[in-house]
Amino acid sequence: MSEKKIDNTRRNLIVATTAVAGAAGAGIAVPFVWSFWPSERAKAAGAPVEADISNLAPGEMQVVEWRGKPVWIMRRTKEMLEAVKKSDDKVTDPRSEVPLQPEYAKNEYRSIKPEILVLVGICSHLGCSPQQKTVEAKGEMGADWAGGFLCPCHGSKFDLAGRVYKGAPAPVNLDVPPHAYLSDTKLLIGDDKKGA
Amino acid sequence: MASRLMALWDWFDARMPSVAEEFRKHAAEYYAPKNFNFWYFFGALSLIVLVIQIVSGIYLTMNYKPDAALAFGSVEYIMRDVPGGWLIRYIHSTGASAFFVVVYLHMFRGLLYGSYKQPRELVWVFGVLIYLTLMAEAFMGYLLPWGQMSYWGAQVIVNLFATIPMIGPDLALWIRGDYVVGDATLNRFFALHVIAIPLVLLGLVSAHILALHDVGSNNPDGIEIKKKKGPDGHPLDGIPFHPYYTVKDLAGAVVFMMIFCAILFFVPEMGGYFLEYNNFIPADPLKTPTHIAPVWYFTPYYSILRAVPPLFNSQFPGVALFGLSTLILFLLPWLDRGAVKSIRYRGILYKSALAIFTVTFLVLGYLGTEPVTVWGQFGNWMGNADVATVVARIFTVIYFAFFFLMPWYTAIDKCKPEPDRVTM
Amino acid sequence: MKKILVVLFFVPAIALASEAGYRLDHAPTDPNDMLSLQAGARTFVNYCLNCHGAQFMRYNRLTDIGLTEAQIFNNLVLTDAKVGDTMKVALTAKDGKAMFGAAPPDLSVIARSRSADWLYTYLRTFYRDPKSPTGWNNAVFPQVAMPHALWTLQGERAYGPESVEAKEGDGKGAEGAHGGGHEMKWTQLAPGTQNTVQYDVTVRDLVNFLEYMAEPAASSRKRIGVVVLFFLGILFIFAYALKKEYWKDVH
Repeated sequence: MSEKKIDNTRRNLIVATTAVAGAAGAGIAVPFVWSFWPSERAKAAGAPVEADISNLAPGEMQVVEWRGKPVWIMRRTKEMLEAVKKSDDKVTDPRSEVPLQPEYAKNEYRSIKPEILVLVGICSHLGCSPQQKTVEAKGEMGADWAGGFLCPCHGSKFDLAGRVYKGAPAPVNLDVPPHAYLSDTKLLIGDDKKGA
Repeated sequence: MASRLMALWDWFDARMPSVAEEFRKHAAEYYAPKNFNFWYFFGALSLIVLVIQIVSGIYLTMNYKPDAALAFGSVEYIMRDVPGGWLIRYIHSTGASAFFVVVYLHMFRGLLYGSYKQPRELVWVFGVLIYLTLMAEAFMGYLLPWGQMSYWGAQVIVNLFATIPMIGPDLALWIRGDYVVGDATLNRFFALHVIAIPLVLLGLVSAHILALHDVGSNNPDGIEIKKKKGPDGHPLDGIPFHPYYTVKDLAGAVVFMMIFCAILFFVPEMGGYFLEYNNFIPADPLKTPTHIAPVWYFTPYYSILRAVPPLFNSQFPGVALFGLSTLILFLLPWLDRGAVKSIRYRGILYKSALAIFTVTFLVLGYLGTEPVTVWGQFGNWMGNADVATVVARIFTVIYFAFFFLMPWYTAIDKCKPEPDRVTM
Repeated sequence: MKKILVVLFFVPAIALASEAGYRLDHAPTDPNDMLSLQAGARTFVNYCLNCHGAQFMRYNRLTDIGLTEAQIFNNLVLTDAKVGDTMKVALTAKDGKAMFGAAPPDLSVIARSRSADWLYTYLRTFYRDPKSPTGWNNAVFPQVAMPHALWTLQGERAYGPESVEAKEGDGKGAEGAHGGGHEMKWTQLAPGTQNTVQYDVTVRDLVNFLEYMAEPAASSRKRIGVVVLFFLGILFIFAYALKKEYWKDVH
C-alpha cells in the first residue's frame, strides 16, 4: 500500500463515481416517490362529474358528489337573490375578495348565472358539512334569517351565496368549485374547460 | 461549519456505541484475504438483494390488499393504476428469484472452498438458517398474488404437513386456519411475510456477519491468513475490507444490477420461471391447473419429494426425505473430514463428488419444473415407469450419498499440500 | 454462473403445442403498430366485451395506443361507462355460467396466462360440431364453452379426418395436427364476410390488443430499460476504474 499522498486521479475518480452512483440512487428513488401520487383509480373517481339540472325547481337544492365531497347546486329564486344582496353588510367578505372561487364566480352572487349557485358543501372552519336552513327556520335562526346554511359542528352561518356571517368561527366563505355549463341544463363540476 | 459538524459527531460518539469504532471493526480494519475471486461477490450481493426486497416490499404493502376477494385485483391495480407500481412489483418479483440465484451461488462457493469447515461452522449454520428462513419467506410471499399457482402451491405445501403421522391433519388445519387455503391463510401469510419473517431474517443476517467477522473470511486457497501476521499485527495476506472490497463489490454490484435490470425490464416473466403463466389466472379452489410446479428455486427438493413412492400407505417418507434434504446441510461441517478446505488442494474424490452433486442438483431442479411424463415411459420391462421418475429416484439417492458418504470419501481423499501464503 | 446458464438453456423448452396437441401458430403481433392495436380494440369492444369483461383495464388508458379521450369515448365506450372506468361487463358470472356452462373469464391478463400464440391459433380454429351444446367446437380448446364469437367474419368451417388420397387440402387451412392416423382437414362450409387473409389480420389485431392490455406498461418498461442499462453501463466504467485505481496497490 502506498504512502499517504495527495492522489489526484484517485480523488477525481471517487468524486465521479460518487456523483454517478448518487444519480443512480436518485433514479432508483423515483418510482417509489412517484407511487405516492393519486393512482388512475383515484383520478377516475375524482374526475369531473356531470349534473343534470333540468329538474331542479326554483328554491331547491341538489347534491352531487365530487372527489368525495358534497357539491350543492341550488336554483335561487328572485327573493333569495334579494336576500343575498341584503346580507352584504352582515357578512365578512361581501365582495368575495378571498380567492375561494374561480374568477368567473367572483361577483355579487358568486355564480356564473345569478340564479344557479354551485358550492362545495364543506365548512371553511374545520371541514364539517353545513346544513341547509330555509327562510322558514326563523324560529331557530333568528327573526332576520333570510335562508342559508348552518354548520352543525361549531355554528358557523352562511348566506345563500355561501358567504360567512360576521362573528362565525369560520374565517372565510365556502368554496365555489370550478364548473362550466355543457348546455343550459347540464353542469360539469370539477372542470371549467369544456370537453370530455 | 466543519468544526461544528465534527463537534456534533463527537457529541453523538460519546453517547452511542461508537459508529467510528464499528466502522473500523467491520470495514476499515476488517482484514479480508486479498485473493477473493468471482465467487466472493455473492455474499455482498445477497445483502443488496435483501435491501431491494425490503424496500420494494414496503411499497407494495401500501397498495396490496391481503383479502381473498381483493388480492388478485390489487396486484393488477399496482401493475396498472399506481404510478410506477409495475416497476416496484417487478423489482420485487425479480428480486425473489435473484435472491435465490445469489444465495445458491454463495452456498456453492462454500462447497468449493470449504468455507463451512472449522473454525467457521457457526457461520455456515447461520447461513443455512438464513436459507431455510428465506424459503419460508418466499413460499408465503408466493401466496399473496392469489393466482392459481399461488393457491395450489400453498395447498400442496401445507398438505405436506398433513402427512406427518398422528398430528399431521390437525397441524395442516392449524396452519391454514380454515378447511382449505382461504382468506385466513392469506391474511396470516401476509403478516408473516411482511414483518415476522423479515425480522428473523435480519437477525440471522447480523449473526451470520458478526460470526464471520469474528473468525475472519476464508479464501480460495482455504488457508488461514491470520497465521501469518506482519509486524503491524495485521495479516500479511489481508487487506482492509474498506476501501478495497467496497470498491470491488461496488463494481460487482453494478454488473449484477445490469443483469437484474435486463431481466426486470425485458423479460420479467423469465419464460415463466420467475412469474408463472398460470398465476395470471385468479385462484380457483374448484379447479387445479393441469400442470402445477413450484417456482424454480424449490424444484430440486420438490423432485425429491415426488421421487419417493408412498410407503405403508403414507406419503410421509417422501415428506421426511424432503425435509431431510434441506436439514442435512446443517451437518456439512461435521461430515467433511478432509484435511484441506479448498477444492484447489482436494483430491480427485471430493472434486468428482462435488461435480456429480452439482449435476444432481441441476437435474433434480429441472425435473421439478416438469411433469413426471416429460421424458416418456420405459417399456414393459420396467413396468412402464415414467423415465423422469426413475431418473429422479437415482439422483435422489446420489443427493443423499454426497452427504452420507462424505465422512468416508473426504477422509481417504489424497489432498495436495496447501501453500504457505495465498496465491493471487 | 453455471446454474444461470442452465436455467437460460431450458427457457426455450416451453411447450409449443396446446394441451390438445394442436400445433400453435406464431402470432405476428407488434406492440408498436398503433393502427393494429386500435383495430384490435374495436374488435374487442364489439365482439368480446359483451360477455367478457376486462375489469382491470381503464378506457382512458387507451390513450397509450394513440387515441384521444374523445375518440375513446365516442367509438369504444359502448356502455354507459365513463371514460375513466374499467371495462366491466354487464353479464354477471352467474348469468354467464347459466348461459354457457362456464362463466366467461375476465380478459384483462388473458394474454399473460394463455400466450399470444395460443390466442391467435384458438380464435382461428373454431369449427361446427353438432354434438356440442353451442354447435361449435375448437381444435385448440376441445369442448370449449364459448361459441364462435367471430363466426360472421370467418364463416362456418368443419374440421375432421380426411382420407389420405385427398390430402392436397386447401392451402394454409390444411396445416394442422395429426390425429389418429388420419390427416385432420379444414373445410369451409359457409363463407364469412372476410376471406382467410382478412380474418387472420383481424385476429392478429385482436391478439395484439389483448397482449397490450395484459400489460399496458410493457412498452414504457422496455423504453425505460434501455435508458437504465445505458446509465448502469456508464456507472460501471467509473466503478471499474475506481476499483483498478485502488487495487493497483495490492500485490
